Amino acid sequence: MNDITPSAPKSRLARIIDSDIFYSYRTSPVAIVSSIVATVLILAAVFAPWIAPYDPFNPRTLNLMNGFTPPMSESFSGSFFLLGSDHQGRDVFSAILYGSRVSLMVGLSAILFAMLLGVTLGLIAGYRGGLTDTIIMRIADVQLSFPSILIALLIFGIARGIIPPNQRESMAIFVLIFSIGLSDWAQFARTVRGTTMVERQKDYVSAARIIGVKPVFILIRHILPNVLGPVLVIGTIGLALAIIAEATLSFLGVGVPPTQPSLGTLIRIGQQFLFSGEWWILFFPAITLVLLALSVNLLGDWLRDALNPRLR
Amino acid sequence: MSQPVLSVKDLSVVFHLRRGDFTAVKSISFDIMPGEVLGVVGESGAGKSMTGTAIMGLIDPPGEISSAAITLNGDRIDGLDEESLRKIRGRRIGMVMQDPLTSLNPLFTVGEQLIETIRRHLPLNQDEARDRAIALLADAGIPDPASRIDSYPHQFSGGMRQRVVISLALAAEPELVIADEPTSALDVSVQAQIIKVLKRLCAERGVAVMLITHDMGVIAEAADRMIVMNKGEIVETGSVGDIINRPKMDYTIKLIEAIPSITAQNPRYAAAVAKGHSFASERTGDPLVVVENLAKQFDLSGSLLARITGRRKIVNAVNDVSFTIQRGQTYGLVGESGSGKSTCARMMVGLLPPSGGTVRLEDTDIWSKGAEKKRRSKIQMIFQDPYASLNPRWRVGEIIAEPMRALGIARKPGEIAERVADLLERVRLDPVSMRKYPHEFSGGQRQRIAIARALSSQPEFIICDEPTSALDVSVQAQVLELMSRLQEEFGLTYLLISHNLAVVRQMADAVGVLHNGNLVESGPVEEIFGAPKADYTRMLLDAVPDISKVA
Repeated sequence: MNDITPSAPKSRLARIIDSDIFYSYRTSPVAIVSSIVATVLILAAVFAPWIAPYDPFNPRTLNLMNGFTPPMSESFSGSFFLLGSDHQGRDVFSAILYGSRVSLMVGLSAILFAMLLGVTLGLIAGYRGGLTDTIIMRIADVQLSFPSILIALLIFGIARGIIPPNQRESMAIFVLIFSIGLSDWAQFARTVRGTTMVERQKDYVSAARIIGVKPVFILIRHILPNVLGPVLVIGTIGLALAIIAEATLSFLGVGVPPTQPSLGTLIRIGQQFLFSGEWWILFFPAITLVLLALSVNLLGDWLRDALNPRLR
Repeated sequence: MSQPVLSVKDLSVVFHLRRGDFTAVKSISFDIMPGEVLGVVGESGAGKSMTGTAIMGLIDPPGEISSAAITLNGDRIDGLDEESLRKIRGRRIGMVMQDPLTSLNPLFTVGEQLIETIRRHLPLNQDEARDRAIALLADAGIPDPASRIDSYPHQFSGGMRQRVVISLALAAEPELVIADEPTSALDVSVQAQIIKVLKRLCAERGVAVMLITHDMGVIAEAADRMIVMNKGEIVETGSVGDIINRPKMDYTIKLIEAIPSITAQNPRYAAAVAKGHSFASERTGDPLVVVENLAKQFDLSGSLLARITGRRKIVNAVNDVSFTIQRGQTYGLVGESGSGKSTCARMMVGLLPPSGGTVRLEDTDIWSKGAEKKRRSKIQMIFQDPYASLNPRWRVGEIIAEPMRALGIARKPGEIAERVADLLERVRLDPVSMRKYPHEFSGGQRQRIAIARALSSQPEFIICDEPTSALDVSVQAQVLELMSRLQEEFGLTYLLISHNLAVVRQMADAVGVLHNGNLVESGPVEEIFGAPKADYTRMLLDAVPDISKVA
């Protein structure tokens, strides 16, 4: 009966190990190193409560006498500080662990929010075309002509004005996520719109239209999986940018509340002491931010090259 | 005889890939004599283009010419450095590529491109070069060359553009011209002219030609000697007449048998005549699809302003087309590119609303309100490109099951899986395939998957838009055979759209000929092919290159 007998399908794991993406990963030292660095930083942030030697935000454990202890040394009261302590006697190492937790959480949520918004609008603009497309893309164009940090500041300011003062503290993180996310959606929308316009022309979409599949389902089930490649790439690079945006906002003092310091807050605190010789308070949070952003960015770069056969 | 223009000894091209070495060309040897046209024929992946590329020295890493001695009139040209190769390309070897749109620079006039090429290779001044360019264009059959020389490539039609490319290839008086699928992107009527021009110009100048093509008909028209390639190796070499009329190797025999011939009568018609029945009377009386005065206009007016002020630019893609398709029969729609074939198909399947006229399926206007359900469940479509018609992110099982799910034919997962397995077996694929992705299949296998998907909604009427034009001839024969068998099995009615007249003659019961959106002629297949009434149809039939024309 069957004149063509294909080999049995491979298991999922075998398929991944055998894939071109995984091969490109194995042969790229940059990808391997940056993924290790990113994984270590992310794991350290996730497991901060178990790793951190001190709880930097419990005022009872703070001892002002321990202030300004240099790295790798014992303080006045006999506590050991791996990366030194700040002016309040807070362990810098523990503060960094908790700080990157906040930074990562905000960055990740913001970029997921931007992705959701941008991909949805991009799909609609690309599929509908015409007036819908014009309206959505003009808004995106206008937004892209402002620096995104300015947009984030603007949205942040408006949001603070709307929220009643007694809830500001608890809402601050969500406002931050919302404002960074809203300043970043246009990139996704542009890319997705372009790819959608190409995919919409393909015959598999016509085949679905012939049997009367609703446009929503065509977009979600047919086109979306085919536009996700580039989204993943700008998502990864965007994650690094979102982490930096959060740090910038916190550095400017408009970000997370002081009770939940992020890497940006730590840098802001640290820079007050840079010229009085207590360099470690600034240096270690800053280097963590650089490593985190750089490794995520390099991973994004590698992913873009690996997914684009023309650059191979 | 004198020494060969091109002599290739033991040429191998190896690609060093991640999963080991892939040999695209396996130690092939051949000669081309002065003034000779050597045809190189083979299916996709046979290594025929790779051979041409290797001779030009254009193999890029990870590819490598592993062992070879390529001599051009006695000079070794393999293993030369880039600088020396550049002097040979264009000067001593001319090239004609498949796509005339990309082989000319759109930013320069054809004159500038010709003159530049001439002056780089020949010691002529600007005026002499221009005169020569005009003469070349005139030779290639371009009307009014003295004024056309200052036109840009986009101002020429596809066929005219390919004539320019041929003049460009001959500009520096090369010893050899490599033509890689020079007519594959062109319509049949234009194809015939281009082959004639290429052949005449090369004969006049005594230039040797290496003509690479997948189309045995083109070789039969143009070449003196031919090479049949398969999987990187030469299967058979000999004169065109010898190979086509007396093929020796199994592969060549199979390849030639798979080619549908334009002169062969429709098999069902022949059978009916043999039994003493009249073909036409046996198969009339039960129309399934009736197309009446179908028309489509496209509004190409650029801006809103132009639309308001009434300066509209309207193109009539389809004009007043009417025909009837009998139940259980195949209606063939033929025509060249731009004749409105695909626009008709899209209107008949429900993708594109017509500007006028009706499409009736069993007396229901498919575009009337409330007819959507009937239209969706009874009409299906098979597309040209099996690479774009299957969603690459879906498993084959999901692809085939989609119409059943969307139309509510089957809902339980077990029942769906059973039906998908059954459909896969009917198109002769292993049911295990349902767990795989489309990229794991070849073009022919993908087209079978597309057929299985079309059958999945249990349609009565299937529109096949160029179902085999993206496939190799041997695969084409299998797919056509499958389509005929399924037609009998399920009592299907087909609308077969194709530019390949031989395929239509073999498959169709009735035929319509479209030209610039108008139906020129319509009737039973043997009447149209045997005794065409319209001039256009006759011209189309004459232009088809055919292997049976070889003595």
